[in-house]
Amino acid sequence: MRKDRDFWILVGTLALFGAVNISFFLVGRLQVNWEDFGIVLAAGITLTMYSFLYKDNPAFKIAENMYVGVALGYTVIITWFNALKPDLYDPLLVPLFTWERTPEYLLFAPMVLGVFMLMRLSTRLAWLSRWPFAFVVGLGAGITIPNYIHTFVLKQIEPSLRPVFSGGETVYMSINTLLILLGVISVLIYFFFSTEHKGPIGVVSKIGIWFLMVSFGASFGYTVMGRMSLLIGRTMFLLKDWLGVVQ
Amino acid sequence: MERLLRIDRRIIFAFVAVAVIVSLLLEFRLPVPATPPVENIFSKIESLPQGAHLLLAFDYDPSSKEELQPMAIALLHHCYQKNLRVIGMTLWPGGTGLAEQAVTQVASQYGKKNGEDYVFLGYKPGVASLIINMGEDLYTAFPKDFYGNDTSTLPALKGVESLKDIDYVIDLAAGATIETWIAFGKEKYRFEMGAGCTAVIGPDLYPFLDSRQINGLMAGLKGAAEYESLVGRKAQATEGMRPQSVTHVLVIVFILFSNAVFILSGGLRTVRRGK
Repeated sequence: MRKDRDFWILVGTLALFGAVNISFFLVGRLQVNWEDFGIVLAAGITLTMYSFLYKDNPAFKIAENMYVGVALGYTVIITWFNALKPDLYDPLLVPLFTWERTPEYLLFAPMVLGVFMLMRLSTRLAWLSRWPFAFVVGLGAGITIPNYIHTFVLKQIEPSLRPVFSGGETVYMSINTLLILLGVISVLIYFFFSTEHKGPIGVVSKIGIWFLMVSFGASFGYTVMGRMSLLIGRTMFLLKDWLGVVQ
Repeated sequence: MERLLRIDRRIIFAFVAVAVIVSLLLEFRLPVPATPPVENIFSKIESLPQGAHLLLAFDYDPSSKEELQPMAIALLHHCYQKNLRVIGMTLWPGGTGLAEQAVTQVASQYGKKNGEDYVFLGYKPGVASLIINMGEDLYTAFPKDFYGNDTSTLPALKGVESLKDIDYVIDLAAGATIETWIAFGKEKYRFEMGAGCTAVIGPDLYPFLDSRQINGLMAGLKGAAEYESLVGRKAQATEGMRPQSVTHVLVIVFILFSNAVFILSGGLRTVRRGK
């Protein structure tokens, strides 16, 4: 009975969507061109994605899988035309077969490493993929470790070590510096597990919990704002571009 | 009271939907004062001379379009008004279409020419290694622009050899690319940098403001609305602030309501006894 009702809700919604669009095309609200067809398609997919809020349904599943497929297809095309074609195919492979200009032989090395990476798909030749992975891991670690220590540790320590009163700063700036110092120390103590959190250590670690809670609250508040922004954007599109009720 | 504790979540969704639709249909204005982190980006662009190079990285895809595209459009209006040379690029393949659309459409409103007043480099994979490559030599990282033009011949890039020659870099990001730009670009090649991001990652980036690794930050649709108000061109983000504020009030009401019902139903006593 319930499944039956859901089926008729789905059919009714699709019929209503179809009827609205046909009437828009008939009255001239939408024109028969690719741009307006795109608006109808985008409106349909937007509504389908939000239909999940009512219940999981076949239309949502189709749209969800379509999104994955389209995103992947788009990525492949963009990568081909922006990276593989201009950086490998045109300078190495085309001249190699046409001899119109000298091929850039140096590109053989990254191309071979790239092909070796794909060898993971074969059980017999998977060992070849270890070479490019070793290259990527080695290069990545070498580049990342010093840069990350400099950017995310040393540079981030600076604001905690800033003098509270060095002249020229406002009272608020000094309070901020003190708060940062208190926050860093108390949170570090909260995550220090080698001593039981009792007495003064317990008090400071409690302060650390409060700092963490404020930080989680701020993150959650921002997340709510972000999700609402996405809903607002899609609703604006539906009301403005599709229905035309907002100018 | 028991029924109030078990409200169907779809009723809450319906309330939120109605709040958004009604606040979009009704015309009322709410002030959007600019905060110092957003003002800093605006002031930096204001201080740049005509013809200065600004690199705008569109590191997002359509799933973050609603927050970051208005930000990009407001920034581009400001850049073109100031006659800056805009260099657009993306580290996200999914963002290529959106970036190209923003750069070219806003440019056409100011009569700017591709290759002369702005350049769109498109997408290249590599992220950190690409940034390092750009820091060493922009033309080996991007030998051709998005349209297949030889970048070394483009007048818009005259005077630019690498990232060191860029006057200001702004990364609009939906992921971790701002950190990557800071670690492998700003800290290594010493250029001035600002950032715009989705609201979700906003709190993670405020420490970089404090350490002065970025000079300004726009977070979420609100950041975009603030920038629109600074540029004096109120558009999608400013319009979005009405439903944004209304839904935030609604969420606060929901939190207060659910807590009040929880306390009145004796939930607090049960929790304490459980302790």
